[in-house]
Amino acid sequence: MSMQPVKFYQTGTFTVGNRLLEGPARSVQANLRRTNSLNSGHRACQGCGEALGARYAIDAAMQAASGKVMAVNATGCLEVFSTPYPETSWQIPWMHSLFGNAPAVAAGVAAALRVKGRTDAKVIAQGGDGGTTDIGFGCLSGMFERNDDVLYICYDNEAYMNTGVQRSSATPPAARTATTMAVGSKPGNVFGTGKNLPLIAMAHRIPYVATASVANLRDLEVKVMRAMDIAGSRYIHIHVPCPLGWGSEPADTIKIARLAVESGLFPLFEAEDGEVTDRYTLRRRVPVTEYLKLQKRFAHLFGKEPDVRTIAAIQAMADHNVAHFGLAP
Amino acid sequence: MKKPFAITLDPGSSLANHTGSWRTSRPVYVDRLPPCNNACPAGEDIQGWLYYAESGEYERAWLELVKNNPLPALMGRVCYHPCETACNRATVDEAVSIHAVERFLGDEARRHGWKFPSPAAASGKRVLVVGAGPSGLCAAYHLARLGHAVTIQEAGPLAGGMMRFGIPQYRLPRDVLDAEVQRILDMGIELQLNTHVDDILESMQRGGFDAAFLAVGAHVAKRTEIPARDARRILDAVSVLRGMESGERPQLGRRVIVYGGGNTALDVARTAKRLGAAEAMIVYRRTREQMPAHDFEVQEALDEGVMVRWLNTIKRIEDTTFTVEKMVLDSEGRPQPTGEFETVEADTLVLALGQDVDLSLLQNVPDLAIENGVVKVADNMMTSHPGIFAGGDMVPSERTVTVAAGHGKKAARNIDAWLRGQTFGQPDKHALAGHERLNSWYYSEAPKTVQPMLEMIRRQSGFDEVQGGLDESNALFEARRCLSCGNCFECDNCYGVCPDNAVIKLGPGQRYEFNYEYCKGCGLCAEECPCGAIDMVPETT
Repeated sequence: MSMQPVKFYQTGTFTVGNRLLEGPARSVQANLRRTNSLNSGHRACQGCGEALGARYAIDAAMQAASGKVMAVNATGCLEVFSTPYPETSWQIPWMHSLFGNAPAVAAGVAAALRVKGRTDAKVIAQGGDGGTTDIGFGCLSGMFERNDDVLYICYDNEAYMNTGVQRSSATPPAARTATTMAVGSKPGNVFGTGKNLPLIAMAHRIPYVATASVANLRDLEVKVMRAMDIAGSRYIHIHVPCPLGWGSEPADTIKIARLAVESGLFPLFEAEDGEVTDRYTLRRRVPVTEYLKLQKRFAHLFGKEPDVRTIAAIQAMADHNVAHFGLAP
Repeated sequence: MKKPFAITLDPGSSLANHTGSWRTSRPVYVDRLPPCNNACPAGEDIQGWLYYAESGEYERAWLELVKNNPLPALMGRVCYHPCETACNRATVDEAVSIHAVERFLGDEARRHGWKFPSPAAASGKRVLVVGAGPSGLCAAYHLARLGHAVTIQEAGPLAGGMMRFGIPQYRLPRDVLDAEVQRILDMGIELQLNTHVDDILESMQRGGFDAAFLAVGAHVAKRTEIPARDARRILDAVSVLRGMESGERPQLGRRVIVYGGGNTALDVARTAKRLGAAEAMIVYRRTREQMPAHDFEVQEALDEGVMVRWLNTIKRIEDTTFTVEKMVLDSEGRPQPTGEFETVEADTLVLALGQDVDLSLLQNVPDLAIENGVVKVADNMMTSHPGIFAGGDMVPSERTVTVAAGHGKKAARNIDAWLRGQTFGQPDKHALAGHERLNSWYYSEAPKTVQPMLEMIRRQSGFDEVQGGLDESNALFEARRCLSCGNCFECDNCYGVCPDNAVIKLGPGQRYEFNYEYCKGCGLCAEECPCGAIDMVPETT
């Protein structure tokens, strides 16, 4: 990937830290003085992937911008669990307006900074998949089209978790949500629907697009820091498992994120100016069933009789990703 | 402060919200017993010394090692490393080559002249150690570290016991042995050579000793009755191997048969090959799988051209003609004669059928429990006679250098306690760190480093060491293959993966603490801990 993996240092760069590595080769999260941009006391569920992903990303951005980061947040879990009035968990300047206008507000903040001649402070907009792929999509596309100087981060937990697990256009096929129930002849979310926002972002030919996962911290941090060094619109899409919505064990959040990557269902790649420039090659490829089995939203695929056709269709999606992005080692 | 419209409260931090109250189970840092440590007969803290070796702190690693075993260069060569058999890394790729790193540390210590730490304040007590083999030397070392004055009385002309007179030089070069023995003696231990103890009670009284540790080994070769017209050419393994050290090499002839299936039989056959025997053949009445010898040694011997007749017994010898009978295994796996005979030509027969203990020094000790030719000892290594302890090959146990070293340590700690009128309390062992608790995702792919082997022609013709050592770069690599099973090695995973910032990093060497004010008990830290050093414990209230 974009970083140089360290091998043979017991855990190399797989763990968060590694006492055998020199300081600069360690992750931001290993640092005793990391920002903890999203602080303790937030009301996210146990094992929340989004809370983790947000701290990973914003701490890295804070390091890259020497602490001068401000964030605009779309409505969603991240906003709700971090800022119940009058408390906040954010240790950065942070603002929330509406569900659908975070990219537009962030573009405005960036414009204000430009007017004031501030070149040091950086603007981040962030939201969940609902606020990004559905409700805020128009504003986001406009932000990309104008190439506003904003890094937009989408924390993708594949449904509207805050309001009770309703389907979004990021919900994967066959997944059970409150609005795509596991009933009927084709239970769960419908195949052939939904959108792939990283690819749509790339189609805007913005300077930088990347996908990342809470299961691969080093890769995530490198991508955020690289994005912080680029001017113009940048987009990072982070896969963040949701124990509540996915029906998984809180302790399995990272394991599930890892299986999504290693099965090929969530490819990690980087693109510059609309072209894929790098991808993460799978370390231990697994069949999609390893990923699906740990989640109750896919439990209907593994009843008395496994739904082999649906599982095969999901496997085909993974195989397509492996071939399309060149994920095979 | 004037507040904006509809705002009535000052902004606050979420730190006011103590999410720890959500928890139903709490993470707890634990230390578990790594399987290597559990398997080590000498009780080494292998994972503990590898930790320092991993960061290149070799002297500190060596000092950590010698807390339990003063003979690393030697152990790294001759120990059969049960630690590696137990190593959890085998479930990832291959076991860590612990013996190779141990040997590297031992050789570094010799190269740099590292010294043992100074002993504790003198206790004023005197302890007699009988026998300068691995058990006696280790007991002396540990007793000296504890502040006792130690005298070793050794019947032989040189220290080392079976390490010198039983293990061939191609496995243990004598300069290695001499250096490690000398380092122990340099602690102020008196070594009296050529001193055969005939009566332990008298020796103790004469020398004014407060306690004694007996480790005379097992040097009396077992014999078997084979009808032979000419018994001149029947030797025993113990004298052959001892003869190798006396300067006058034993005359074995061109064709040598070794009778037995233990490591000693292999040592003799390989020695015969090196002495110029055209044929060295082992005759063993059971199968290869049943051989007490370690399979890698069998393989090394076969590689060197040693032949083996499995499932054969020697029935009679006429001049140079040996009649052997084929055996078959019965349903219980025991060899039974078949009545099928063959003949083999050989000049010499060496019996390697095991050894007995010379217990004559104990004949005047009253009420001594002896069973099957060895001395019975209690858990504290003390014989039934107060103040007389025993270990090594002369007590019931597996007869290896490492077991002997472990006896020496254990006896020393118990002797120390006994001399102080106390009993030695073995600290409670941690629960075993099984491989099922590892999260192997986090460990780098790193197959075992292969130690260089001496070229075959030199193995068949000389006594140079067969197996080479690691150099600094690959020893470091090998040390870093350690998974640190069950013991935190500060990888920062728990600190990183907590969505609630509820792990407090205390800094290098200080590990971490949980902040239970905010820990929601999700268990991510425990799940993502590579080495299984976090337990989730249900909350009671």
